[in-house]
Amino acid sequence: MYVELKNINKTFNGFQASRDVSFGIEQGQLVGLLGPSGSGKTTILRMIAGLEYPDSGDIIINGVRVNDIPASKRGIGFVFQSYALFRYMTVYDNIAFGLEVQRSRKADIRARVAELIKLIGLEGMEKRYPHQLSGGQRQRVAFARALAPNPQLLLLDEPFAAIDAKVRRELRAWLRETINKVGITSIFVTHDQDEAIEVADEIIITNAGQVEQKGSPVEIYKHPATPFSAQFIGQSRTVENYAALNGFEHVAGFDRAIVRPEFIDVEKRGKRLMFESAAETGVVESIFFRGNLSELTINLGGTRIIANRALEAEEVAVGEEVSVLIYRLYLYNDSAVRLAENVLIRDVNTVFI
Amino acid sequence: MKPKAVKKSATKYILIALAVLFIAVMLAVPLATVLVYALRQGWDTFAAAIVDPYAIKALKLTLTAAGTTVVLNTFFGVFASWAITKFRFRGKQILTTLIDIPFAISPVIAGLVFIYVFGRIGWAYPFLQAHDIKIVFAVPGIILATIFVTFPFISRELIPLMQSSGTDEEEAAALMGAGGLRIYRKITFPHVKWGLLYGIILCTARAVGEFGAVSVVSGHLRGKTNTLPLHIEILFSEFHLTASFAVSSILVAMTVVILVLRNIVEYRVKREERSH
Amino acid sequence: MRLRKRNKVIPGFGLSMGVTISMLSLVVLIPLVSVFINLAGISFADFWKIVTDSQLVAAYKVSLTSAFIAACVNGVFGVLLAWVLTRYEFPGKRILDGFIELPFALPTAVAGIALTTLYSDKGWFGSVFAKIGIKVSYTRIGITIAMIFIGIPFVVRAIQPVLEKLDGSYEEAAEILGASRSRTFFKVIFPEILPAALTGFGLAFARCIGEYGSVVFIAGNIPWKTQIVPLMIMSKLEQFNYTAATSIALVMIVFSFVILFTINIIQSRVAKRAGGK
Repeated sequence: MYVELKNINKTFNGFQASRDVSFGIEQGQLVGLLGPSGSGKTTILRMIAGLEYPDSGDIIINGVRVNDIPASKRGIGFVFQSYALFRYMTVYDNIAFGLEVQRSRKADIRARVAELIKLIGLEGMEKRYPHQLSGGQRQRVAFARALAPNPQLLLLDEPFAAIDAKVRRELRAWLRETINKVGITSIFVTHDQDEAIEVADEIIITNAGQVEQKGSPVEIYKHPATPFSAQFIGQSRTVENYAALNGFEHVAGFDRAIVRPEFIDVEKRGKRLMFESAAETGVVESIFFRGNLSELTINLGGTRIIANRALEAEEVAVGEEVSVLIYRLYLYNDSAVRLAENVLIRDVNTVFI
Repeated sequence: MKPKAVKKSATKYILIALAVLFIAVMLAVPLATVLVYALRQGWDTFAAAIVDPYAIKALKLTLTAAGTTVVLNTFFGVFASWAITKFRFRGKQILTTLIDIPFAISPVIAGLVFIYVFGRIGWAYPFLQAHDIKIVFAVPGIILATIFVTFPFISRELIPLMQSSGTDEEEAAALMGAGGLRIYRKITFPHVKWGLLYGIILCTARAVGEFGAVSVVSGHLRGKTNTLPLHIEILFSEFHLTASFAVSSILVAMTVVILVLRNIVEYRVKREERSH
Repeated sequence: MRLRKRNKVIPGFGLSMGVTISMLSLVVLIPLVSVFINLAGISFADFWKIVTDSQLVAAYKVSLTSAFIAACVNGVFGVLLAWVLTRYEFPGKRILDGFIELPFALPTAVAGIALTTLYSDKGWFGSVFAKIGIKVSYTRIGITIAMIFIGIPFVVRAIQPVLEKLDGSYEEAAEILGASRSRTFFKVIFPEILPAALTGFGLAFARCIGEYGSVVFIAGNIPWKTQIVPLMIMSKLEQFNYTAATSIALVMIVFSFVILFTINIIQSRVAKRAGGK
């Protein structure tokens, strides 16, 4: 493990921001710390950086316990949420700052800054001040400034939060590519699951100061390990009385279930070709056009669920009764999650496979 | 449409006229009074009052006291604003309130407190007596009283500015290993420089003109512990009306310079705020 | 403590805190506490006797009534000046704006002698008043005028930033809704600037009560008639009656803290309301 946290606890004025946090990160990986706001993800990042200190537990970077090493000696590059660019310095001076502090030779500084400016694609803007740059450009400068002193580990706090939606998508791809090119171990914090899934090699889900689950985006998506992960990831909706649904039976110890849009197929009444017996009847309550698909909210005997419908499929209207087929559910209780398949279609599924 | 527009501009001109009249009667005329009375008996009397050795000594003392005060209060303001805005600690609110105390206290009381420390009834008096140090009724007392009265001036200008800029930039620099001096010089100072200058100007104005506090601790020894405002008081109470106004005109000149500077600096501060 | 101290990434906490606390203690706290240690020696009955002395009570009345009237006048003209300076463009506006600061910058003794001369029987304004039988210098009217002089910037500078933030759209919105101009002012704008006006009023009031230099000349200091409270401290000091001086000082300090406390409450209420928007 390149970065390792062992049993970290941290309290701010009686608020427990970290509860027995432990995880490890391999060298060269790009890791996303994902969780709702107040889940303690930023605190973890700041403790790794040395901007906060844990009350107990060990932080190990590259085999060295860094708890007592000041932030500036940990070999870390940090990109702040607001970028914290030095507003009275030019782009050039911002990027050169860390090197000047280290008393690098002038020629070396010039070469390194030029290299980084090329990397971030801001050639010709060296003399500009931060307030003369766009949000995306500022983020790139912050990124270059953090990389300049050749850190061993790059930490990014909500790197896309301050950028408008359109530029954000471009920047995500750019950041992922650039970090791969540089090959630096990186950890970023985000509350946006799309961002984490799209950018990270590995995701760590945090909630209420604890680590809920760690795994690749696919694992996290397909196999939520805790009730929180199951609810947090995807457009999950909770179903209270799942045993009433066609094809599902009550499993002892599991009183509630989660359903995601990708588990659901919606068809106009009477148009379903197979498994009509496995389907339910629901009423369309609202329809949102989402660009490449429509998002339907369907009332299923008092439970509201969300389903997607392709644009090319025959249109349904608000108030219309539709046939709803649920393939699978995640059943959960306070501590565990398990997958339940619709028994009425299971047999046929096996034939298909 | 037309009656409303007419009414609108009528209100506007009435209000402007009232404002101008108020400023003229309450502020401008008193200022003019000083200059008119100063020159009432001709240029020679005016010049004589100003080059009077007591006046010159008073001017020197005023400048010494104000200079020392501004230097020390700037020093304090820079450190206090750094401590208060860049760190979290318990009792911050109490600390800021304590720093503001001199604002809330009558200048006479500001002078009084030093009598209780260094005067004949003060607890430090035996020690001062033994080492032959004079503070009250001497120059150090005047300087101390002036510092007390203007103590929060500079920190009060700096704190809101530094609070609004947050600590991210300083943290980022510290993370890269920059030392305190470099961080202040390169990152914090450029942000607060106009505010600092503004504070220094206000502090200078008040320090030069302080009367009540200094009056208590000075002992009014002519040529020794008289500042310009005290010198003016003596001249006035001895019915040297023209001389007192002539000496006042030195202070009026300083005031005008300070007001013009203040206006320029305030304009810069506002422009700075807009562009960053 | 060790743990807390190392909790700082930005350097200079120890140094800046050290400088702050030591200078604050040396210049403000220790001297201030010395005053009250001195006072601890006397009984409450003696203290009460001193602070309710009839001459002093007369001085309280002079200080309080004059300061109150002055602060009210400042309140009215402060709103007017702030309004004119933020809403209208006219030649000489910046000079007018600069003049507001004059009482802050002009040494109080200079202001004092100028006002005294101006309003004395032979002065420009005083002679006019004398014709209609009103004496200004050496009366409470004079004291009030000096207090208006020193208090005006407090109110204007408190209201100006609030009015600047209330950009024209606010008034336009009210006007579109059909409100008349005076109604717009009293129903829409006035409630917005009222807290700032009260803050300015309180600051001016506190300053007027504590003010010495610009008031003492025009007051004339006639016992029971035109003596102000700070002057009473001064005269007790000249008589070397330190206990009395301290007792009066204590009353004044308590009073100014009450005013500041009230201002703080007003401001935090406003902050809460603004936060709720």
